[in-house]
Amino acid sequence: MTTNSTITLKIDGVQISVPEGTTILKAAKNNGILIPTLCDLEGLTPYGGCRLCLVEVTGSPKLFPACTTPANSGMEVTTNSERLKNYRKMAIQMLMSERVHICAVCVANDHCELQALANQLGVDHVAFERNFTREPIDSSHGFLVIDRNRCILCTRCIRVCDKIEGVHTLDLKKRSKNTEVIMDLDEFWGDSCSCTGCRKCAKVCPVGAIYIEGEAITQTKNRDVAEFITARRNRK
Amino acid sequence: MSTTNTTGSKVRVATVWLSGCAGCHMSFLDQDERIVDLAKKIQVVYSPLVDTKKFPEKVDVTLIEGSVANEEQLEMLKDIRVKTRVLIALGDCAVTGNVTALRNSWENSDQEVLERAYKLSEDLQAAVPNMVPKLLVKTRPLHEIVKVDFYIPGCPPSADLINYVLTELLVGKTPIMEGRARYG
Amino acid sequence: MNLSDIQKIAEEENEFQRAYKYRINVCCSSGCVPFGAFKVLKAFDDAVKEFGVEKICKVARTGCVGTCSVGPAVLVDPGEHLYQCVTPENVREIVQSHIVSGVPVKKYLYNNGGYFRKQQRLVLRNAGKIDPTRIQDYISVGGYFALAKCLSTMTPQGVIQEITSSGLRGRGGAGFPVGQKWGLVARAHNTPKYIVANLDEGDPGVFANRTLAEADPHAIIEGMLIAGYAIDAQKGYIYIRSEYPLAIEALQKAIVQAKSMNLLGDNILGTQYKFDLELRFGAGAFVAGEETAILVSVEGRRAQPRPRPPYPANQGLWNKPTLIQNVESLANAPLIVLNGGTWFKSFGLPNCTGTKCFSLTGEINNPGLIEVPMGITLREIVYDIGGGIPNGRKFKAVLVGGPSGGCLPESLLEAQIDYDSLKNVGAIMGSGGIVVLNEDSCMVDTARYFTDFCIEESCGKCTPCRAGLARVKEIFDKITTGKGELNDIGVLENASEYINNASLCGLGQTAPNPILTTLRYFREEYLEHIVDKQCKAGVCFKNESAEE
Repeated sequence: MTTNSTITLKIDGVQISVPEGTTILKAAKNNGILIPTLCDLEGLTPYGGCRLCLVEVTGSPKLFPACTTPANSGMEVTTNSERLKNYRKMAIQMLMSERVHICAVCVANDHCELQALANQLGVDHVAFERNFTREPIDSSHGFLVIDRNRCILCTRCIRVCDKIEGVHTLDLKKRSKNTEVIMDLDEFWGDSCSCTGCRKCAKVCPVGAIYIEGEAITQTKNRDVAEFITARRNRK
Repeated sequence: MSTTNTTGSKVRVATVWLSGCAGCHMSFLDQDERIVDLAKKIQVVYSPLVDTKKFPEKVDVTLIEGSVANEEQLEMLKDIRVKTRVLIALGDCAVTGNVTALRNSWENSDQEVLERAYKLSEDLQAAVPNMVPKLLVKTRPLHEIVKVDFYIPGCPPSADLINYVLTELLVGKTPIMEGRARYG
Repeated sequence: MNLSDIQKIAEEENEFQRAYKYRINVCCSSGCVPFGAFKVLKAFDDAVKEFGVEKICKVARTGCVGTCSVGPAVLVDPGEHLYQCVTPENVREIVQSHIVSGVPVKKYLYNNGGYFRKQQRLVLRNAGKIDPTRIQDYISVGGYFALAKCLSTMTPQGVIQEITSSGLRGRGGAGFPVGQKWGLVARAHNTPKYIVANLDEGDPGVFANRTLAEADPHAIIEGMLIAGYAIDAQKGYIYIRSEYPLAIEALQKAIVQAKSMNLLGDNILGTQYKFDLELRFGAGAFVAGEETAILVSVEGRRAQPRPRPPYPANQGLWNKPTLIQNVESLANAPLIVLNGGTWFKSFGLPNCTGTKCFSLTGEINNPGLIEVPMGITLREIVYDIGGGIPNGRKFKAVLVGGPSGGCLPESLLEAQIDYDSLKNVGAIMGSGGIVVLNEDSCMVDTARYFTDFCIEESCGKCTPCRAGLARVKEIFDKITTGKGELNDIGVLENASEYINNASLCGLGQTAPNPILTTLRYFREEYLEHIVDKQCKAGVCFKNESAEE
């Protein structure tokens, strides 16, 4: 994407010009149109897993994740139709019912992106029966704690560990609803020989799954960390 | 859904306290002077705040705080649904189960929770009392048992939100929760 | 080696085979091996020697004949006499009567003419007829002639044009035009380019690709060589499930043989064209058959699909242009090159040409591997080829397209087999699985069963497929244990529609198909379960009492 050519598209009826190769999400954001996201984080490789940023493109029956789809010339994108609103509510409900998400007793209460989205999108209840998982909490590390019952598998922690810290301590094991974030070869965090304790995983976690013991959540969370470091690195 | 009742008299409102901490009722009271305005239009016919023993017939609006954790509450909720036109789940416990549902992570959580509360924490004469209603295996939010018409999430929901929903309903409008609802 | 050498090998092999008056083909495919096919093969070897007819009778190990339900199957040429359920004990009788005296043993013959009548064997042209472990057998029936034709007389663009003109569409399920795909990869600027042949057939009850690899591995290799020439790729991978030992063995042998004959490697057939081939084994994940997941798996990472664009044709393996094609599509390529696209168009429908292999299973008289021309109706498959429902039971539904296909009722049996008609009725071509269900099946339970499969196989990446399907299953559990409520149907429908539209890859997008089609065609059964709390087929509600 070295070309400097500019393309023009329409998002929600607004004519927008962006450099070629820009994703729909960024094109929208740069022009003040906010598309809800969970797994996406500026500075990390787009993942396309949470399906909240799905948008409609005129002429295609399919929905496209705005975070990974490049904006094309002449595209007409709708980001907020009734159908998309319903789908987003559905996604939030599915995430909230998948594991234990009890805001009132969560370390990330009020600083949680899932909670914020549920509020913002008006998910006033969860139509599905809620699942109550009981994964043991791993607090073996000196200060980092992971509560997998709160994990929404956005893999931000994995990507920040791999791409920004360059360590790849974290990864996934198993599949389907049993998917879990693990350290090294499924060891206790305290036994991990690769973890540098850089805290970036806790900084970017959208929910309260990874947090730092004894530290206020407001102090921990720093979702711009990946963007900041990437920008610094790319500075010539 | 209109709440104006047919006779033109005051709207009959009930508030109910199931498995919850009373925080939602506190929040209800937190409406402060706005309650005076509300009181001109509504009549509280049943509530932990008033002295009525039996849930009355033909209630227009019932606000329920708390989840359903035992058999007594289960029966009560079903009875309330029959006698109520508009049923509102008030607060996170009623909407999601919230803290009261934390025990659901355990299998046989009904046994487990009694053991912990009455036996493990007592040194002398530890025993589970036999007069408490039988606990359900899992604590459930209201809508898993009966049809719920409106949800007011929050732990507790803010007085403003409760007031907004009630005033909207009283003028026959449907409250819009987008951007107003707030979990936790 | 060059074209004339190939022709020479073919002539020699034909000469060699003509010396035999009889040829006994023993099916040693995965369907027949469990019934003792290898023992039967040895028994034939022994019996032929015992009767002293080894000079006039060749005993050959072959791939699938197609009649998987009556294995071990043995085909005796000339005359294509097909023996069914052969045991080592009755081998002597067959050899004595058929080979020595020239009288086929009628009582052992497969007498179901209808099974083959409506089939059209293009991809499976050599299945059951040649020995997959001998490259000479393949060359003797015209194998590698197409490759030689490409290299000597056709330009890469010419090959693509020929494939495009044939109208061949991808047999992996989605039906994307093969020629167009080849063109996209050929036009991609980046190099090197790769080919990945998809042999990760993970669906329960589907065995078409497996059988093809076991019966005719060289057809796949030749197809890849032709594709490689057309798109200018020099490296190919066959991604195969490690659960397919026989197919892996066949392909490994075939690759070694092809290399030794200079059909793989550098300077293929004396030209500048070079192409190398490697097997990659799947670790048992259904989702690894998805085209973006297969790429990361070949690269050696966790098989998780990624969103498209970028499409693999531009950024595939190691971000290089990659052609991913199902092995069945690839096996068609030699035929098209050799006979021309116009010839290929004479099979099937004008807008959906050729044939399709299906694994026909379930409550049906003649289960097995079939290959039918596009445009055949489901009724013809179920009744003419499949021979109807056994034991006088009534037909209830047919599941087309594997675990994420659609359940179609009797009224839709006239539906044609082609990508668009199937899609219109809610089914998919998919991996080519057809499961026939009789009146003893409960459609709610069937939908639950296949949903269960997709839940287990979901990679866990995207919300709808991972979290959504699990919620859907809970609703099914409620309905099938008598706790269902009427509004559950609505929740099921909404969730299914959402999963269908919002999932990242084909697995999630098609997973709700059994639910949506059963809700569409068998809604009354859901109502029975929910309102009357009864399951007429007597399948549901049992588990609950067993558990209590």
